[in-house]
Amino acid sequence: MNALLRLEGIEKSFPGVHALKQCKLELLPGEVHALVGENGAGKSTLMKIATGVYTKDAGRMVYKGEEIELPNTRAARDRGISMIHQELNLLPHLTIAQNIYLGREPRKLRCLVDDHEMNSRVSRQFEKMNLKLDPRMLVSELSVAKQQMVEIAKALSFRSEVLIMDEPTAALTETEIQDLFRMITQLKQQGVGIIYISHRMEELQQISDRITVMRDGAYVDTVETMNMDVDQIIRMMVGRELYEMESPTSFSPNAEKVLEVKGLSRGRELQNIHFNVKKGEILGFAGLMGAGRTEVARAIFGADPVDHGEILIRGKKAKIRGPHDAVRLGIGYLSEDRKRFGVLVDMDVASNIAIASYKRYRNMAGWMKEAHINRTAEHFVNSLSIKTPGIGQKVKFLSGGNQQKVAIGKWLTRDCDVLIFDEPTRGIDVGAKSEIYKLLETLAAEGKSIIMISSELPEILRMSHRIIVMCEGRITAELSAEEATQETIMKYATMRSQVM
Amino acid sequence: MKLQPTQTAVGGQQAKKTGIKGAARQKVLAFASLIILILVFSLLSGNFFRFDNLVGIMLSTAVIGVLALGSTFVIITGGIDLSVGTVMTFSSVMAGVFITYWNGPVWVGVIGGILAGSLCGLVSGLMIAKMKIPPFIATLAVMMITKGLSLIISGTKPIYFTDKPIFNKLTMGSIPGWEIPNAVWIFLIASVIAGFILTKTIVGRYNFALGSNEEAARLSGVNTVFWKVVIYVMTGTFSGIAGIMMASRLNSAQPALGSGYELEAIAAVVIGGTSLSGGMGTILGTVIGALIMSVLTNGLRILSVAQDWQTVIVGLVIILAVYMDILRRRKNKS
Repeated sequence: MNALLRLEGIEKSFPGVHALKQCKLELLPGEVHALVGENGAGKSTLMKIATGVYTKDAGRMVYKGEEIELPNTRAARDRGISMIHQELNLLPHLTIAQNIYLGREPRKLRCLVDDHEMNSRVSRQFEKMNLKLDPRMLVSELSVAKQQMVEIAKALSFRSEVLIMDEPTAALTETEIQDLFRMITQLKQQGVGIIYISHRMEELQQISDRITVMRDGAYVDTVETMNMDVDQIIRMMVGRELYEMESPTSFSPNAEKVLEVKGLSRGRELQNIHFNVKKGEILGFAGLMGAGRTEVARAIFGADPVDHGEILIRGKKAKIRGPHDAVRLGIGYLSEDRKRFGVLVDMDVASNIAIASYKRYRNMAGWMKEAHINRTAEHFVNSLSIKTPGIGQKVKFLSGGNQQKVAIGKWLTRDCDVLIFDEPTRGIDVGAKSEIYKLLETLAAEGKSIIMISSELPEILRMSHRIIVMCEGRITAELSAEEATQETIMKYATMRSQVM
Repeated sequence: MKLQPTQTAVGGQQAKKTGIKGAARQKVLAFASLIILILVFSLLSGNFFRFDNLVGIMLSTAVIGVLALGSTFVIITGGIDLSVGTVMTFSSVMAGVFITYWNGPVWVGVIGGILAGSLCGLVSGLMIAKMKIPPFIATLAVMMITKGLSLIISGTKPIYFTDKPIFNKLTMGSIPGWEIPNAVWIFLIASVIAGFILTKTIVGRYNFALGSNEEAARLSGVNTVFWKVVIYVMTGTFSGIAGIMMASRLNSAQPALGSGYELEAIAAVVIGGTSLSGGMGTILGTVIGALIMSVLTNGLRILSVAQDWQTVIVGLVIILAVYMDILRRRKNKS
């Protein structure tokens, strides 16, 4: 059979990162082709090239036997390559039909929208898809699953022959997933090729024909799904090299429990979260994106409300109504989204370092002790070796690694006992990474309790004394440093609840 | 060792190129426009650059200026306060209630009036920070409520302070030997205090933090709800002070006056280079902005430009000022 879409030798670099190295992928008509890999393996980048979001640096793209270039997303769509994103791109206050025909509404008399024509076209489309939906319904009234169907209908209305689905089942219930799979089977029969990105191994076995594995921006292998079991695939995904595997600094497992979390729950996002951190311990939180690790951190920090659960600090029940309470109790949180939540980019280094501790730097009348603040800021600029022309520099002009150090400096100034680092090395170059590792180890050695959330398995394995693995809002495993390997973590990180 | 000095030299240059020079240039720019305006009017009319006219300009800036000082705080948080004009009126009416209706001492009226302003700020602040009502709506509501209350309490008629001549002296009197009315001094002192609050106190620092990224500030442990309320209370307090100044100057509380002042105050803040999207702004800028507006109105009046045209010209000046600011920022970015 001739390939519908073939990507060969795709190369892509971003400043400082070689994101894709000689990547390839072949999609046959009527095939469901799964694309798997860890976070950061390059799946999204490759798909963005296939849909014209990025342009490739080198390589060939062959579509229906003809070599093509995709300068933008429109070119891809016009050729019949569409992507259904994980975050759906629908306008909630418009109807289904208005969404599907947004920007290309059928008209009459040149300037009037022909709603009747639009609705009947959508109805015909839905009939073909065996969907029972009224095109005049508002999108905001639809469930996520139905919205996804609308997205698929929209893609098909462009006569798409290649559909790329990014984690399509992430927000669906079991019956909805089966509906989606029926739809996919139907599309297969019509000869549509589907590239299916997912972390859920059982699902891949159910729906996909072939699987392509990527790792660190490179192609690993393409295999027939029928011939593989889950463990084999996981091994291909995680065969990543561990950099200088020093064993984590020692700590006594009998140390005091500084923070204890009991039965923390919120809807489906957080389900009965139970764990503790000890003095001087680095507790790793592993899991795939969307597993609920950041949600746990934000809930402990009081940034988001919870339905149930309690938090104990040194055995005493803590009442945390907002981040200011958490900070008062000695908890610091470094957000994964540094620029938006971690630092105040428009303010200077000194203000950022002092922002969590101003209460200490004021006199009775509320004046700030400027000299004192500046001394503290200078101290941390030196001790964390933050590269900045001065403490008066606005943080937005610093590099990512130095911004992260400023954010760390903020919590060190506050002298927190529990520090939650959410993806502390994301978007940071290798040199700064190892500095941050050293810093975390020093802090733990000084008796701080550290929770480190990371999607990089080698990082988790290298740093943690103990590892908690999450999947879909639940803790699926708690592993000691000795028993944890990339394979075991990945197995628990993809372990879905037993409702199937 | 050798690297050290070179590094700092490079660093110094960088800092100049970015933050410091940009902010300084903005102030210089606004100040330069003010000087140019004064020069132009002085050349066009011999009556402009005279002591009594300049004092008149300062006097007419005073009330709007104090309102604008208060507005600067909320605007830096990225919010807006539409109620400052009518809260000002409400404060002067309340001063009238304390002093004239209840025959209380003047200081009680002054403090009571100012606190009435603070209370309005508290109400707005709670609605915005706690109930999460958008600032535009919350303060629009407070604007209408205070406007109505002022008319109800006063029975739509002015309340006069003729029994207590000292009240009028508060703003219209002057330090012996100086022919400058107290209102001008009050404005200047209020500006210095506002400047101190914004640059030297915790509230000021949190004010900028809220405006540049509220969520990041919250995740740094700043009690954003509390501080936002504090900031709206400050704005209300400044409106209260403006209300007392207004009542004292007119020697009466005029319940029908005041609406529309909020927009002039906002205009002064914006001309002074404070960004409506929050996170940046200076008190000096606001003072200059208020002065530019008064100089313009005064100068145009001296040149016998019809009043309706004066309004048109002020409108054009706002566009010009804000556009220049946008151009400057765009240049800074690239």
